[in-house]
This record gives sequence, C-alpha cells and structure tokens, in this order.
Amino acid sequence: MNTGQVDTLNNASSNTMSGEPVIEINNLKKSFDKQEVLKNVSLKLFNGENLAVIGKSGTGKSVLIKCIVGLLNSDGGTINVFEKNVTALSRKELGELRQEIGFLFQSGALYDSMTVRQNLEFPLRRIRKNLSQNEIDEKVKEVLENVGLSDAIDKMPSQLSGGMRKRISLARTIIVDPKIMLYDEPTTGLDPVTSDEISSLINDVQKKYKTSSLIITHDIECARITANRVIMLQDGEVYQEGKVEDFENSTDPIIKSFFK
Amino acid sequence: MNHVTYLKSYVTHKQEDDPKFVTTLGIDGMKKFNPVVKIKRVATVQSMKLSEKTLAKTARASNFLTDFADIFLFLTCIVKETFSRNFEFKEFLRQCFQIGNKSLPLISITGTIMGLVLTIQSRPVLIDFGAVTLLPGMVAISLIREMGPVITALICAGKIGSGMGAELGSMKVTEQIEAMVVSSTNPMRFLVVTRVLAATLMIPLLILYADALGIFGSWVGANIKGDVSFVLFFSQAFSHVTFMDFLPAVIKSFFFGAVIGIVGCYKGYNAGRGTESVGIAANSAVVLASLLVIIIDVIAVQITDMLRS
Repeated sequence: MNTGQVDTLNNASSNTMSGEPVIEINNLKKSFDKQEVLKNVSLKLFNGENLAVIGKSGTGKSVLIKCIVGLLNSDGGTINVFEKNVTALSRKELGELRQEIGFLFQSGALYDSMTVRQNLEFPLRRIRKNLSQNEIDEKVKEVLENVGLSDAIDKMPSQLSGGMRKRISLARTIIVDPKIMLYDEPTTGLDPVTSDEISSLINDVQKKYKTSSLIITHDIECARITANRVIMLQDGEVYQEGKVEDFENSTDPIIKSFFK
Repeated sequence: MNHVTYLKSYVTHKQEDDPKFVTTLGIDGMKKFNPVVKIKRVATVQSMKLSEKTLAKTARASNFLTDFADIFLFLTCIVKETFSRNFEFKEFLRQCFQIGNKSLPLISITGTIMGLVLTIQSRPVLIDFGAVTLLPGMVAISLIREMGPVITALICAGKIGSGMGAELGSMKVTEQIEAMVVSSTNPMRFLVVTRVLAATLMIPLLILYADALGIFGSWVGANIKGDVSFVLFFSQAFSHVTFMDFLPAVIKSFFFGAVIGIVGCYKGYNAGRGTESVGIAANSAVVLASLLVIIIDVIAVQITDMLRS
C-alpha cells in the first residue's frame, strides 16, 4: 500500500456507524513554515462513537484536534463540527461552539494557581452562567465522584500524581456536559495500570454522558479498550481506517510495527 | 610575466632549494601559488561573507519590525479588552493582592534603607555647610521626586515583572492558556488585562508607601548621631515639598506600573514552547522593564523640567 493512500479495512467506517457525523473534516492542510504537517486529511466522527487516531509522533495528530477547536488555523480544507464550518466562524460563534466540545490536554493543563475545586468551577462559571452556588457545588461533587477523586477537592495540582491530574483534568472537561470529547494522548506518561484505568474512564464517560470522542493516541492498548474505529495517520495523511481487529490482522509492515 | 611563467619560475626556484618541493605539494600545491586563482577565491569568500552579513542584518531588521508589530497588536488588544464587557473583577482584585500585599515586605525594607542611607551620607556634608536644618526637606524632595519612584519601580520590575513573565510563560508551556481558550475564556482578558491594570494601580501605591517609609528611615538616620523629634522632622520635611513635587512623580509612577505589567505579560504570553523559554521570558521581562523604567524617567524629568521653567 502506498503511503498516504487511504484504505478502508473491511469497509469498517461504513458499517460501524450509521448516525450523522458530528465532525467532518475534508482535505485538511496545515504547515508550520516549510514543514507540511497535515496533507489532505479527511475523516468523520459519527455521533456516539469513539474514534481513535493513531500514528507515530510528529504525524500531526495533536495538530489535527487543535485545528478542530480552532486553537490552530488550518491552511486549507474544511472542518465541520455540528455542520458548522469552524474555519469560517466568528470569534463569538467559535466560543459558543467550544462550549459543546471538551478537550483533554496531553499535560492535563490544570491551573497551577487554583485548587481542584477552583479548577472545576472555572469552566462551569463561564459556560453555565445561570447556575447557583449550590448547583455548582453539586456538579463538582458529582464529577469528582465519577473520576473517583472526591477526596482531592481542596488539593492543589502540585499535590496530585500524574494519573490523578489526568482524572481531574477529565473531570474539568466533562463538568460542562460536552457533546464531543477530544482526548490528546490521554495515557501518555502513565503506568500501564493507570493507563487502563483512564481508558476505562473514557468508556464510562462515553456511556454516561453520551459523548462522541476523538482519541489521539499512540498507546495501542488505549485504542483497543476505547475505540469503535481507528484511523492511522502517517506522514500527515490518513494511511488506513478500520476496526481494531482489522488493524491487528493486517499484514502491512507499518501497521504491524504498531500492533506487535 | 604572466601567472603561468611566474608559477614556473617560482617552482623552479623552490625546486633548487628543495628537490622534493613539487612532489610534496602536488598540483593543488602549485595552484596555491597562482595569484589569479587566489584572488578569485578570496573574492568569492569575501562576497559570500558579505552576503551572509547582509542576510543576517535583513533577518534582524525583519525580526525587529515583527516584534514591534507584535507589541503594537498586544497593546491594542489590552486596550480593547480593558474596555470590553465582562471585566474579570475578581481576578483583578486577586492580582492587586498578589502585586501589592506580597511586595510590601520588600518595599518596606528598601524604602526605609533608602531614606536611612541618604541621610547618613548627606548629613556630614550639610553640617560642613551649616545647612543641617535643610536635611529633612532635601531627603523628602529627593525621595518623592526621584529616588522613591525609580528605585521602587526597578525593584518591582525585578519582582513583579519576572513573576508575570515566568507565570504566564509556564502557563503557555503547560497548555494552561490553551485550556482557557477552549473553556470559552479570553486569556487576554483574564490573564493579561487584570495583571496590567493591577500593576498600573498598585505600583504607584507602593511607591508612595516607599516614599513615606524613606522619610521615616531618614528620621531614624538623623537620630543616630543627632536628636530631632518625629513631628519636627516631618514638618520640616513637608514644608519644602510642594504639590508640583508630588504630581509629576505620581503620574510617572503610573507609567512605570503599566510598563512593568505590559512587558511582564508580553514576554510571558509570547514565550516559546520549551521550559528554557520560561527562564528567558522572566529574564528578558526584567531587563526590558528596567530599561524602559529608566527611559520613561528621563522623558518624565525632561517634561517636568520644561513645565517648571
């Protein structure tokens, strides 16, 4: 198979999901100076599915999801989220759209100067402005219970372990009830046990909050646990698309090197 | 004699001295003595060096203009967000507390020492001239007009400017600023505007506080070898100070505060990606803010002098 040539294993994408796409990306291009990071990337995330995007470091996975929320401006192509073209939205419209999208950052990105409680209240106070203090407290308590860290409510981020930071970060993301979840390397830097716990948590979030998730990862175990469908990026292009089992049975040397 | 003849004669001449000369040097060695080839090579090297220098200077000029445009856009954004709705008042108060309250111990010590040292140094000279009664007035005017604002601003540039540069820089490196963006929060409004306004408001207050403590330190200094009552010292000090001593100092201290806040935030907000860039942001924030404080002081002194005359 030629690099960059999209191949659909067993027509997985067409028969896995039948709903409407919540994210539809067509011919996305992004370069930094002279380095072309994304070249004609096209993909769809369907309602209610977990889509894992895998690939080696530097293939443009993180750039892809940062383009989806408008943190980076694309150089070409279209990104439609809930049928709205992200690249053509005004700042205000983009802000409104972002309220429907949860983004879990690779580093967790917890605010160092705030306690866990303040970290969780921060997006809630800005996005759900009509909530009373009691409702906010309830919501904070609920998401902390969901990630199993009720005791950490008054701790500072510096007092938390890597896995706990990821969980709190996930709690901060789901507290505003997003419809789409974007995970940027959710298990990077964690031990295998904690990685599996985070992966299970991603599944729990999908079931409980009925989210559609795009999971950027190079952790194959995470993709195995969470993904309904997998897309592999290679050199800034969609290399292959299919179910996890199809990838595991593939004879392609590049895919085999990933799914050893 | 053309260059070939010259080369042949040179080689022959050298061969007489050293029979192995041609064999040792070979053809390349012979070429080395060809003046035309040598001049061509020198000219090529020189022109390459010149081109490299020109390109480097062009890149430096381009970077300077880009930085200038960036700063202008940053300032425009600050002004725009300052007057926008949804001002982050709570965060502004928190920053006022961080800048004002947490700088108090340092400013207290430096302010007191400023007045104390100034008095101890100038008292003997004033005694020689029989003008020791002018000491309180002289110290008060020196502190209020110049020493208080400039020294306090330089200390604040070190403490507050570097703090802002490092904090915002590390927030950028750890994706916290991006996390704010996806939480539908404008980081310019939440992080930058609040810090710049807090610095603009709190640094003049810290300067006035340092002035007051400086005069107190001066009274302590005057009492080390002399004996003067607190009330007498202060009444003598303020009998020489006029409104026009206060006003320009207060006005320029607002500019000092704004510059320290803007530079600290600009350097932190535009820090690079690695952890090294956090240190660079903090360091360059201190250097640039201190330099700008001194430049603003020179301009303010000139304007005040023109107005007085």
